[in-house]
Amino acid sequence: MEITLNWYLTLSALLFTMGVLGFLFRRNAIVMLMCVELMLNSVNISLVALSQAMGDTAGQVLVFFVMSVAAAEAAVGLALVIAIFRNKLTIDVTQINLFKY
Amino acid sequence: MQPELLIKLVILLPLVGAAVNGLGGLFVPALRKQEGLVGMLGTAMVLIPFLITVSLFVGYEGEAIISHAFAWMEAGDLSVDFAYRLDELSLLMTMIITGVGSLIHVYSMGYMHGDDGFWRFFAYLNLFIFAMLNLVLGDNLVVLFLGWEGVGLCSYLLIGFWYTDRNNSKAANKAFIMNRVGDFAFLLAMFIIFREIGGLDFNTILTQGPSMDSGMTTAAVLLLFIGATGKSAQIPLFTWLPDAMAGPTPVSALIHAATMVTSGLYLLARLSPIVLAAPGVMTVIAIVGAITALVAATIAITQNDIKKVLAYSTVSQLGFMFMAAGVGAFFVAIFHVMTHAFFKGCLFLGSGSVIHGMHEVEHELEHDGHGHDGPSDTAFDPQDMRTMGGLKQFMPATRMTFLISTLAIAGIPLLSGFFSKDEILFKAFLFGYNGYAAGWIVYGIGLITALLTAIYMTRAYVLTFEGEPRWPRADTITPHESPWQMTLPLWVLAGLSIVGGYLGLPAVIAHGELNWIHHWLSDGGPVAELVKPEHVSLTVEWILIGVGSLVAILGVWLGWTWYVRKGLEQDDILAERFGGLYKLWQGKYFFDEAYNKTIVRPLIGGSYHGLAPFDKYVIDGLVNFAGFFTRGLSFTLRYLQTGLVHSYAAAIVFGVVLLIWLMLF
Repeated sequence: MEITLNWYLTLSALLFTMGVLGFLFRRNAIVMLMCVELMLNSVNISLVALSQAMGDTAGQVLVFFVMSVAAAEAAVGLALVIAIFRNKLTIDVTQINLFKY
Repeated sequence: MQPELLIKLVILLPLVGAAVNGLGGLFVPALRKQEGLVGMLGTAMVLIPFLITVSLFVGYEGEAIISHAFAWMEAGDLSVDFAYRLDELSLLMTMIITGVGSLIHVYSMGYMHGDDGFWRFFAYLNLFIFAMLNLVLGDNLVVLFLGWEGVGLCSYLLIGFWYTDRNNSKAANKAFIMNRVGDFAFLLAMFIIFREIGGLDFNTILTQGPSMDSGMTTAAVLLLFIGATGKSAQIPLFTWLPDAMAGPTPVSALIHAATMVTSGLYLLARLSPIVLAAPGVMTVIAIVGAITALVAATIAITQNDIKKVLAYSTVSQLGFMFMAAGVGAFFVAIFHVMTHAFFKGCLFLGSGSVIHGMHEVEHELEHDGHGHDGPSDTAFDPQDMRTMGGLKQFMPATRMTFLISTLAIAGIPLLSGFFSKDEILFKAFLFGYNGYAAGWIVYGIGLITALLTAIYMTRAYVLTFEGEPRWPRADTITPHESPWQMTLPLWVLAGLSIVGGYLGLPAVIAHGELNWIHHWLSDGGPVAELVKPEHVSLTVEWILIGVGSLVAILGVWLGWTWYVRKGLEQDDILAERFGGLYKLWQGKYFFDEAYNKTIVRPLIGGSYHGLAPFDKYVIDGLVNFAGFFTRGLSFTLRYLQTGLVHSYAAAIVFGVVLLIWLMLF
């Protein structure tokens, strides 16, 4: 069976969904950041696949942008987690709450 | 310097004076006590314009000078500018305003000496002069109206000058509110004029005005007259003037005798071509003026407060001026405005001098006699003539000037009042002679009122200055003559009361060739007049003068003999003789009571029961509701902010899904 474009797009969608669900339901802050990375990378897959299918390299160029932004954002996110850990001594996001309700 | 610039200077200097004295006194409390500086600045800011005006008068060449300042309003077809017109009429009025005004400023330096609000007084006085000059010099109805409202405002500020006494504030309110009723009519008239003619500047109005539709002309002129009754205290809007006596006497002299109250006459004279095109309204003007004059004169005989007598006298004399306007002799009305400014100004300032002296008596009495005078603790009123008498020994200058002005207002021959009043009566007579029945009525009422005027003014003079002093312990407590700042203006005004009339020598002299005022204002001047074809013979004219003189002399003689012989008892004799009528006069025809019952109480009741709840429940309710609504909304939305990362994440996902859904469908 031939591996058509749809396969890649489906893969991308599945990975994205897993990322979303992980982001919504996991408590560990680092795991949430990993899910964010997962979402971003799924989009990368989709971009590359479409770029190949349509013969337009613009998609692949955009991948570079996405990757660098993802890297920067991961760095900032981890710095935030470290800072919070120093104060709260936990990275469980359900514990980081100052509100009453 | 060019006349245009000089005109602007004349108008602006009083404003500068008001600003400096007012703002300076307000922000720099140390300046408030500098009476010399304040007084001299205020006076200078009126005296200099007077001198400028005189020079403009001397150099006047017969052509109206328009001085354009800047544009004010441009809206569709309406174009109104701050423009000023100097012509014969406005020149004369400006000279009166600034001339008599400066005298009164000098007087005020003496009268208001020691008052805490000295600086405020002079600021307000200057502001008043500024507004009044705008009124008479404006080249369009809107600038005139600005001045009109401005003098009303200053009148309010000055009547209620001693605002700590509630009665003074009430009087000020009464004056202002009653004026507003008239102003409303004035505005309606302006609307009609603009709609019919398309412009509000005098050039346009005076050239195209007379050709307005006659129904519209009648409506506009009638409304203008109603506005004039408010400002110039005629029936039905006159009851504010006697109450306005609550203000300091210089205010009564300047505003309520010499200038503000003449604004109505100025308005009619300025728009005389249009007024002449509404003969029906002219009859109304003449009759209302006549009735007002008579009513006010009858009230004046019964009054005991010296300022109230003069107040009703002013209403009465204004009635005379309207009589003149109503019979088409507008220049005679302005002539009487001028002579009235002289003798009534002198009378009011004189009464102020008397009151000033009686204040000393009051202080002496309080000082020594506290409690000595038994249970009858009626407060001593320095303005009540019943506790005056014999002041000629103590205040000779005041007495002499008051006497001169009294004779002038009574119309004694060869004094100023004689010339102007007789001219009014003559014009009324001529009006009747030419077939207008109203003329006879006006002449008759005018003659009776002239008699009454002579009587009540002589009564006022005699009760105040002649006879024996009637205040307690008069052998030990005596008043003094007032300082020169007060007596000098008195002498000047008295002198003008004597010679002022010669500006308008009647028709009997050289066939009216020597009537300067007629020549100045109407002969090729801006004030129109009703030309009457039928003339009376010279003999009849002399007879009329004779009758007028006789009436004046008779009135003075009656007043003299009655009150010198019988003093205060004469009032009781008159009360008996005239019974119910006297009660009516003494009760001021119960105008105030009637107005109170029919207008004031219902309005207050309506506000209390209708508008106040409306304000409290509906308006406040709406405002409060806005608050409640926002609060309720926020109480609900509050729950969105949980602080939990997961809920925020869910919200983001929800938003993305929504967006995609919207994009796809």
